[in-house]
Amino acid sequence: MENPVMKTTLTYREALKQGLREALQNDQDVFLMGEDVGRYGGAFAVSKGLLQEFGEERIMDVPLSEAGFVGAGIGAAIAGMKPIVEVMTVNFSLLAMDQIVNNAATLQHMSGGQLHVPLVIRMGNGIGRQLGAQHSHSWESFYAHIPGLIVLSAGTHEDARGMLRLALQSPDPVVLFEYTSMLNLEKEIDIESPIVDISKAKVLRKGKDITVITYGTGVYKSLEAAAELATVGIDAEVIDLRILRPLDDFTYLASVAKTHHVIIVEDAWRSVSVSSEVSSRIMEKKFYDLDAPVQRLCGVEVPMPYPAHLEEAAVPQKQDIVNAIKKMLRHG
Amino acid sequence: MLQSVTTTVPFDLKQGLLFLYQMQLIRRFEEKAAEQYTKTKIRGFLHLYIGEEAVAVGVIKALNEDDNVLATYREHGHALARGMDADVIMAEMYGKQEGCSRGRGGSMHLFDVAKNFFGGNAIVCGHLPVAVGMGLASKKQKKTNITCCFFGEGAAAEGEFHEAMNLAALWKVPVLFVCENNLYAMGTALKYTHAMTDMVKKGAAYGIESAEVDGMDLNAVMDAANRAVQKVRSEGKPFFLVCNTYRFKAHSMFDAELYRDKKEVEEWKKRDPIPQFQQFLLQKEWITEAEIELMKQKIEHKIQLAVDFAEAGTWEPTDQLTKFVYSDTGI
Repeated sequence: MENPVMKTTLTYREALKQGLREALQNDQDVFLMGEDVGRYGGAFAVSKGLLQEFGEERIMDVPLSEAGFVGAGIGAAIAGMKPIVEVMTVNFSLLAMDQIVNNAATLQHMSGGQLHVPLVIRMGNGIGRQLGAQHSHSWESFYAHIPGLIVLSAGTHEDARGMLRLALQSPDPVVLFEYTSMLNLEKEIDIESPIVDISKAKVLRKGKDITVITYGTGVYKSLEAAAELATVGIDAEVIDLRILRPLDDFTYLASVAKTHHVIIVEDAWRSVSVSSEVSSRIMEKKFYDLDAPVQRLCGVEVPMPYPAHLEEAAVPQKQDIVNAIKKMLRHG
Repeated sequence: MLQSVTTTVPFDLKQGLLFLYQMQLIRRFEEKAAEQYTKTKIRGFLHLYIGEEAVAVGVIKALNEDDNVLATYREHGHALARGMDADVIMAEMYGKQEGCSRGRGGSMHLFDVAKNFFGGNAIVCGHLPVAVGMGLASKKQKKTNITCCFFGEGAAAEGEFHEAMNLAALWKVPVLFVCENNLYAMGTALKYTHAMTDMVKKGAAYGIESAEVDGMDLNAVMDAANRAVQKVRSEGKPFFLVCNTYRFKAHSMFDAELYRDKKEVEEWKKRDPIPQFQQFLLQKEWITEAEIELMKQKIEHKIQLAVDFAEAGTWEPTDQLTKFVYSDTGI
């Protein structure tokens, strides 16, 4: 008999921290820099204690200069280091967008393949807890638009812990999205961190009636919705895209061919989003497999309001997913 | 303005001739590039460095081979001074795959990693934070090389400039910042773009040791650069060197030069760094008029070879269009 897999219960925050610690332990060229990552312990306490463990050389507090320190990360990566740059949240990352888009994503191409930028940029994304319009953005699509970048989305605890390790093996720049609203969420996962594949989307729940394609904060909501739907006899397949660029078309197209129904769930605004791209690809490649038009549940197109009830109404909730799927399958 | 204070010449005859050769080569190479541009052999943007040659030659000669160099989109001179071949630069401007960036970059994106030449950066000031990062890596890796970063005075109005200065000073990274103050940010004069026009104060404001020098005088530039490089290398701290210079040609090939007086240009041309340095060599009797003529012929020949090389170059097949977006060894 095989040994039972040892399980542990941990928060999303702890999973991120474990991933960071492992990355720092495994490679002396890896260092973390970001606002308040050291003495403060990380704006979200993800890097708490790492300064004491690894020292100032490897856990670097930086001034509020997003373009400056992301650019410095690019320079250090070109020169042979493996920087992990934490941009506190996606909201501030636009101040560094010139560096990410004009330098990190283009240097290899402009130099005819001479330069490589093995840099990982981590950023907290999405709504937090009533943080208002300037601190609640879901901007995966901005970065997923850019050739030259690899864009990862850690929608589960396994990926929160495991994605960073592989991201650091990439010779090309990686933008890694973490989710602020999930930081305190506890889940039970394997104690041993398995090698996480970051080239493929993942079928998290097998089903035959409908494919739910999602990422980020949509993942657990979709899984909960699928569990509820199972009680009324709807068998939903849930896919976490995980890699938003380059998209793993194979996994979700295969599922569409099986279920013939698709709904895409995301917190981000609907227009020109990851869901519109995935929907378009399904239309291009699996049109004749569809029994119904692809449906999308996205963030309402409004700057995020402050009150809790409006914030909740602005992004798809579990019940919205359940209702939408029942409607699609003309159920009840 | 600080002038050269040394009375002894910090180079020998052979080096002196090389410096003259390089300045002449840059000048003639760019004149030829402009000619090829009018023949539509070169397209896109073409920014000429004519008039500013003493800065690139003087500063780069003070560097070691393993030092990093980052420059702006007006970088033909820097690339040549760094020892990149005229052939591959011309081919790059033609967009041919034999170019130094395989034709993917063009005039504004010359790269040669083997020579530690990191562009060719065309977002004004975008490369300053990158230079800081390269300096940071040298420091972390305990290497003795330094990073030299050229930019125009226009860049000093960007937010990234101030972030980079602060980071460089805060982290004490071995970076030599060379501000090429040619008085115009594209077509807008310094006085219309900076509240504080004394550029040297912009480095000093961050606690970075700073100096300025007559960028039209090669001897002065070399002297200042040698001292600055020595400081950066020995102390492992940044240095801010302002080279006051002037661009004789338009900003780019699309510029009608409505913003400056022709008389002003003529005045600056009297301080052309090439005749100045030539005169210096003649006075020292390190060169004769006949030898200068011979040098010019040699350069003409070299430039013709570069044009021939570019003409003979080949176009990258379009089925390779998406190369160099991600690494072949990618995950």
